[in-house]
Amino acid sequence: MRKSPKDIVDSTRIITRRGLMLGGIQLSVAAALGLRMRTMQLDRAEEYRLLSDGNSIKIRLLPPARGLILDRAGVVIAGNEANYRVTITREEAGDVEQVIDRLSNLVPISATEKQALLDEIARRTPSTPVAVRDRLSWEEFAAIAVNAPSLPGVTPEAGLSRVYPFGADFAHMMGYVGPVSDYDLSKMDEPDPVLLLPEFQFGKVGFENKWEDVLRGRAGSRRVEVNSAGREMRELGRVEGQQGGTVQMTVDAALQNYTAQRLGTESAAAIAIDVQTGDLLAIASSPGFDPNLFVRGISSADYKALTEHDHRPLADKTVQGVYPPGSTFKMVPLLAGLESGIIKPGDHFYCPGHLTAGGRRFHCWRRGGHGSVGVKASLEQSCDVFYYELAQKVGIDRIAEMARRFGIGVRHELPMSAVAEGIAPDRAWKQARYGEDWQVGDSINASIGQGYVLASPLQLAVMAARIASGRAVEPRLVRAVDGVPVPVPEFPDLGIDPANLKLARDGMDAVMNGGAGTAGSSRIVRAEWRMAGKTGTSQVRNITAAERARGVIRNDQLPWNRRDHALFVCYAPFDAPRIAVAVVVEHGGGGSAVAAPVARDILLFALAGGMPPLDAYPEGQRGRIEEERKKLRLAPTTLAAEPRGVSRA
Amino acid sequence: MSYLNYQVTTTPTGIRKILYLNWPLVFLIIAVSATGFLMLYSVGGGDVSRWAQPQMERFAIGMVAMFALAFVPIWFWRSIAIPAYVISLALLVAVDAIGHTTMGAQRWLDLGPIRLQPSEMMKVSLVLMLAAYYDWLDIGKVSRPFWVLIPILLILIPTGLVVIQPDLGTAIMLTLGGAFTAFAAGVSVWYFIVIFAAGGGVVYAVLASRGTPWQLLHDYQFRRIDTFLDPTTDPLGAGYNITQAQIALGSGGWSGRGFMQGTQSRLNFLPEKHTDFIFTTLAEEFGFIGAFSLLTLYVLILGFCLHSALTNRDRFASLLTIGIASTFFLYFAVNMGMVMGLLPVVGVPLPMVSYGGTQLMILLMAFGMVQSAHVHRPR
Repeated sequence: MRKSPKDIVDSTRIITRRGLMLGGIQLSVAAALGLRMRTMQLDRAEEYRLLSDGNSIKIRLLPPARGLILDRAGVVIAGNEANYRVTITREEAGDVEQVIDRLSNLVPISATEKQALLDEIARRTPSTPVAVRDRLSWEEFAAIAVNAPSLPGVTPEAGLSRVYPFGADFAHMMGYVGPVSDYDLSKMDEPDPVLLLPEFQFGKVGFENKWEDVLRGRAGSRRVEVNSAGREMRELGRVEGQQGGTVQMTVDAALQNYTAQRLGTESAAAIAIDVQTGDLLAIASSPGFDPNLFVRGISSADYKALTEHDHRPLADKTVQGVYPPGSTFKMVPLLAGLESGIIKPGDHFYCPGHLTAGGRRFHCWRRGGHGSVGVKASLEQSCDVFYYELAQKVGIDRIAEMARRFGIGVRHELPMSAVAEGIAPDRAWKQARYGEDWQVGDSINASIGQGYVLASPLQLAVMAARIASGRAVEPRLVRAVDGVPVPVPEFPDLGIDPANLKLARDGMDAVMNGGAGTAGSSRIVRAEWRMAGKTGTSQVRNITAAERARGVIRNDQLPWNRRDHALFVCYAPFDAPRIAVAVVVEHGGGGSAVAAPVARDILLFALAGGMPPLDAYPEGQRGRIEEERKKLRLAPTTLAAEPRGVSRA
Repeated sequence: MSYLNYQVTTTPTGIRKILYLNWPLVFLIIAVSATGFLMLYSVGGGDVSRWAQPQMERFAIGMVAMFALAFVPIWFWRSIAIPAYVISLALLVAVDAIGHTTMGAQRWLDLGPIRLQPSEMMKVSLVLMLAAYYDWLDIGKVSRPFWVLIPILLILIPTGLVVIQPDLGTAIMLTLGGAFTAFAAGVSVWYFIVIFAAGGGVVYAVLASRGTPWQLLHDYQFRRIDTFLDPTTDPLGAGYNITQAQIALGSGGWSGRGFMQGTQSRLNFLPEKHTDFIFTTLAEEFGFIGAFSLLTLYVLILGFCLHSALTNRDRFASLLTIGIASTFFLYFAVNMGMVMGLLPVVGVPLPMVSYGGTQLMILLMAFGMVQSAHVHRPR
């Protein structure tokens, strides 16, 4: 078909008109696009720029593995265990409820847990992983991993969690870790950002808290690109962190385990210290608690049981508890007297069983009295009247000064919580504390470690160590950090005349081995481990004249919390002292009957480096001790410890 | 109409054809493509071989093809309109039946070394077909219902085939590209008004079908509509692409962050950064200046095409030029509108900038036909 010229003209005219219309429409659209560019890139550029910058590189922290804590032999006493947990991320899960229902076929999730979880998920941003279950078994963890395709948004993760393999044995000294609380953060000026990570474990109390800086390590980081909604796109780089320092402690896990078991259910504290280096070999408070419960989040029922227990399991009696030291204190006034020259080594006092001073009558523990008592016998038989007489002559200020030289009333710097200072009272102290003058009766009470005198078991152990070594030994807990030994300081001499010190030591030896000593039954019969000690029984109540007239009520007829504290300090071997031990049994009764056998067992275990041979015990006791041993529930490592000096046939 | 209608004496021959080329259009095409290379180099992280180099190679082949096509007399193109349309239609059927599935859609046809996208071919074939149809049709019959129904079918058959791939973007482009060509041919405005209203009804029906057993679109397509209406409702899910694209685009500001400095695109926040969303990289790195300049280049291409069409007395040549220009317009308008949040994300590349061989080659060949129309116009 041919087109006529008219057709061509018509066509051209129509196309021109329509073409211009189309051009107009298209130009308008282009103008609209241009305007949109203007709005977005010029008018709202700032807003988008902000969003874009949020869309950039983020630093994600890699929590460091917490440093291990080892005993002096390298046994792990605070380690890390794999903690399998499972998290869910809303943005990836889609139908969260359905996914949780599927998950509950693999791990038990109760209806209340599920509701709590749904609430938690709703509260968090969609990209935040929320923990569904902690501490999964390997089987559960594997089951979730295998079923991952049908569980969108569910991530099984393997993290690390603190574990204390010895449970309660080291609980008080070690403390425990737990999640960082807002209160913890409020106490820090610039909290380490790693602390803000959910589930990050932080030393809450005890050594874990005091050495937090070393144990925590340094967080690594990953540089990741995240979009403005917080979703991770890819990893740009990684700076490996540094795991926490490995700290080797002075304690001996076997001895600690044995000590804790030996104290049993008593409300008691026991410390074994190396008299030369100050290394604390065992430092146990009883009853204990399982710190692993705190790491995992203790139930309120368990916590209530701990706080309401009348034996105060949560308290660390070794360094926090202070007790009237009773007769274990007697070496202090004796040395104060000897050093001042007021008391001569040959001096004797007559003990009729009581002494009247300042209008009050003070009794000796032995009603009938000890008769004429010399220096050595004053310790051996623990005559109170001897010290009443001595204190009146020597005066409290000399006694207090000597107490401080032996570490009582002085805070020993240990990386443990709330280390007590104790009290070595003198005139100035009483004036400052009570605004009263010192009375002669105060001196008499203080001379036998009663009245105002207060010492922690740690201080008693230090005192025994200083008597044994003649040096100002300071206790320590850390032996090496990352394999680098912490040097033992050269402890200064106490500056006490060796002859006087020997008198005190001989007195302590006589307590055990003198024949008439208060703790003769708790002696060690092996000559190379010959032991010196001192008993103490401290009253926690006043005995009225009327009661005394009727006859003092025996301890076992009193309610538990009104009974006497039983104390004992000792060291061995007598000739070349290595180890000192202090034991306090709260409301245990008599020091010689209750505290001394415990102290001897601990001392022997420490000396032997394992379960001591029975031939160290006096002949008649061996059968009973063997029976008692069987009742102890010791850790396998403790039983495996190789005792030294045991002759094997 | 046969070639006898042309005044053979005015038709340029040999070397003179080169002089008659629409050179400004050639340079504009080179400028736009060069922008594309630059952006592909940038999103490739400075790695030429990743996207920029393959794109340049295809561009080189495409330019040769463009010149070759430009020198072919315009009546040849009119004569192949029907075969081209039928072949494209056949390929569309083939791709629906045996094509490769990428990103949830069957769009590719693997022909040995060449991966062919028949829907791209159809964009040009349809325009060619409609231009030939209206050239053939008596001007007086253009608005008669029967003669309107035929082009509607010519448009709807390939559109239907594309929708079931499913490729919503191409379907919209085919429909609108065909409509623009028909509009230019002089079909009464009332048809467009009625069809527009009918289209609105269909859209309503489609939206109303959601959740019913006779649901007319895929869920992902519904979600794209939701996202379009309010991308912020689900910034991590359905609205993620568009939110990120807008952040990238808006953060460019006046002069941009500088070449290769776009953090959004650099840091992989952007989806399909080298294809459909490449404009965001340009806008982020070169800011409003860069983005508006590209828009201007596109508008200039439209302008030169329109000028060529309006000054051409050959009806087929004019309609072909307008149809191809309109298709080109739809490419960039839909793409830019999409990344700027004015239109749903439908998967339309930025013409001659986005990475993609078929799109670039087909466009260059289409411009070869535009050049042919320009070179061989009656004088």
